Amino acid sequence: MTTNIAVDVVGVSKRFRLYHEKYYSLKERVLHLGNNSYEDFWALKDISFEVAEGQTVGILGRNGSGKSTLLKCMSGILQPTKGKIVVRGNLAALLELGAGFQPELSGRENIFLNASLLGMSTREVERRFDEIVGFAELENFIDNQVKYYSSGMYVRLGFAVAVNVDPDILVVDEVLAVGDENFQRKCMGRIKEFQNDGRTILFVTHSADLVRVICDTAAVLSSGEMIGYTSAAEAVALYHEHLLTLAPESAITASEPVSEVPIYRPVGLATVDVEHPGTGTRDYLLPGESLTVHVGFEAHEPVSDMVIGVEIHDQFGEMVYSSDTEILGQRIDVPVGSGRADLTFEHIPFLDGAYNVAIELKSGLGIVYDRREMLPFKVMNPGRSRGVVALDLRVDIRTASLS
Amino acid sequence: MTEVRADTGERAPADATDESGTAGRIAKREREMADRAVRVAERGSKPTRVVSARVSVWLRLREMWRARELFVFLVRKEIKVKYKNSVLGFLWSMLNPALTLAVFYVLFTYFLPNGIPHFVIYMFSAMLVWNLYQTALIGGTTSVVLNAGIVKKVAFPREILVLASVGAAFMFFFYQSIVMIIFMFAFRHVPAWGDIWLLIPALAAIIVFASALAIFLAAVNVYLRDTQHLIEVLLVAWFWAIPTVYAFSGRVHEALERHTILFIPHTKLIWLYFANPVTPVVMTFQRFFFNDFNPHSTIATHPILANGHVAPYTVHALIPVLANYPVHWFVGADLAVLGVSVLLFLGALSVFGHLEGNFAEEL
Repeated sequence: MTTNIAVDVVGVSKRFRLYHEKYYSLKERVLHLGNNSYEDFWALKDISFEVAEGQTVGILGRNGSGKSTLLKCMSGILQPTKGKIVVRGNLAALLELGAGFQPELSGRENIFLNASLLGMSTREVERRFDEIVGFAELENFIDNQVKYYSSGMYVRLGFAVAVNVDPDILVVDEVLAVGDENFQRKCMGRIKEFQNDGRTILFVTHSADLVRVICDTAAVLSSGEMIGYTSAAEAVALYHEHLLTLAPESAITASEPVSEVPIYRPVGLATVDVEHPGTGTRDYLLPGESLTVHVGFEAHEPVSDMVIGVEIHDQFGEMVYSSDTEILGQRIDVPVGSGRADLTFEHIPFLDGAYNVAIELKSGLGIVYDRREMLPFKVMNPGRSRGVVALDLRVDIRTASLS
Repeated sequence: MTEVRADTGERAPADATDESGTAGRIAKREREMADRAVRVAERGSKPTRVVSARVSVWLRLREMWRARELFVFLVRKEIKVKYKNSVLGFLWSMLNPALTLAVFYVLFTYFLPNGIPHFVIYMFSAMLVWNLYQTALIGGTTSVVLNAGIVKKVAFPREILVLASVGAAFMFFFYQSIVMIIFMFAFRHVPAWGDIWLLIPALAAIIVFASALAIFLAAVNVYLRDTQHLIEVLLVAWFWAIPTVYAFSGRVHEALERHTILFIPHTKLIWLYFANPVTPVVMTFQRFFFNDFNPHSTIATHPILANGHVAPYTVHALIPVLANYPVHWFVGADLAVLGVSVLLFLGALSVFGHLEGNFAEEL
């Protein structure tokens, strides 16, 4: 295995000055000389890592975690305030497709201009011209002015030019989210091709799924700091864990707000625990494992026909499952005193992600006695399949040769 | 105690991974990695680039040289975009100076005759240089701000944007020169063919000087948008500091010799006049195109009286229009401007490099 380093990020920090008021004119600058207050904002804090040649590295992070800034620094659009980045080989950055297209010029002229902006020689463009046009599916419009292009055509042309630049290092910033499905598939195919060619790819995204599918390793960024640089699967787990710590603010929880819980409580929740095979040892579930919610409750008065409801929400607060004992046909009559209920999911069919369980006690008529939310659990998929649900897949292949 | 069993009603798969076994998967991956490593090795050596807060001027020059094709495309773009959507299109680059020349001809022949024959050629040869300089400077100063879309999204040596503006200005200069030559041919005005080589150092000097100033101003303009307006006003004043609409020899020359700079004793205003880098270039052009430093022209002047005062009346006298300097004076002056400009250029690159780091956020 070669150990050549394609991108070496050495102690990179980037400071942005956030001026409370931005002054562009001389008069304003002079008038506000000295009292132009600003805050220093470190978008990147001492980031260091190495990317070996031929590797595909994901950079994971939420919006505003500094991943795009890091990318801009790598591609040379921004200069780091401290530290340096050594890039070995031609680097093409797909930050925005079609950036620098001149609406007044034709598609043909724009291909040449854009390609040379990205560092491609004219001879090279001439050689690949048909390929670029073919990839963008713009054979009939190539001599039209770009201003008459649809946004889809525009983006296709942008991507076609960028991937034909023949870079040693390709930097992709969530541009794959554009274009129709067919084109997206084409883009992914192109990225696979790049990987197989032994090129280095840096992939910035907040989609853990994409990282799992494409990347070998990944860096996880959180508010400018790198909280991990490990294998893709571990980085995804780290990222999910990190999201979970932020969950109270970011997740929108539960369809019913807690304030609707009436003050009169003949019965209330005492303890609610989530238990699964991973508890204690690895603190996450594997897809298909079981999960039990232990519900302890205390009744001050005898309650007839109590209903225990259970909901599962994903990290975005979206409900993925809801049921209750009434639906399941279990009648519960509670005497004064305490009781326990164990709600077991035999198989958790999720692939990946952080989830929250909510438990509520209510009357048969739907009056909520007590409710508890935000009981987290995580599912981590060690495999490479992605999506939301772990489906049972079996593949049967039969081939018959013609001769 | 109540036992509740919530049945999910679904069968989850026993093995959630889509590949047969862990061992097989690892082996496959290793094979993949090995294959890839071979291809990595095949790709061979590559250029190294360093992104940091400080990049040396030499590195900048190298990056700019590498982007020379981009320069050509940007110049072409600028010219194309300028005349796009006009009926006559590219023809305007010739028509515009031709019409300007015609206006000047009519003006100075019939309405404002000043006694200098073919004054239009005298003036237009200076205007060639001036238009080149002015277009390059204004275009260059605004180039980075106007191309914010590219600057924020694509990495390339940004000085190229400024240089492309200068390049486009040079192309317009070229078309104007063709019109000028046609005009001279029509009026049977013979240029000083023997001095044509003088244009090379002169052009080099004005281009490098304009580039240096434009690179500096373009970087400043990102932070202070006043720069572009300020420079326009400055250029109006600057225009009168070169011999365009007036003859240098005679009255102007004498006045410049006589007056001091800001009342500082033992100084001559003419030093300041020639400190203007555009002046020697303009004079070189006039020497070639106007070719008339021993003219049969009469200029109305106020003669200097015996007591040293300027006479309140004018006389028509035969006075050379152009400064009667020898050839080596022009060579020396142009090369001096060129030399200073090269130093300014390197300095401008250094300033540009310092300010460039925050372009993407300031725009």
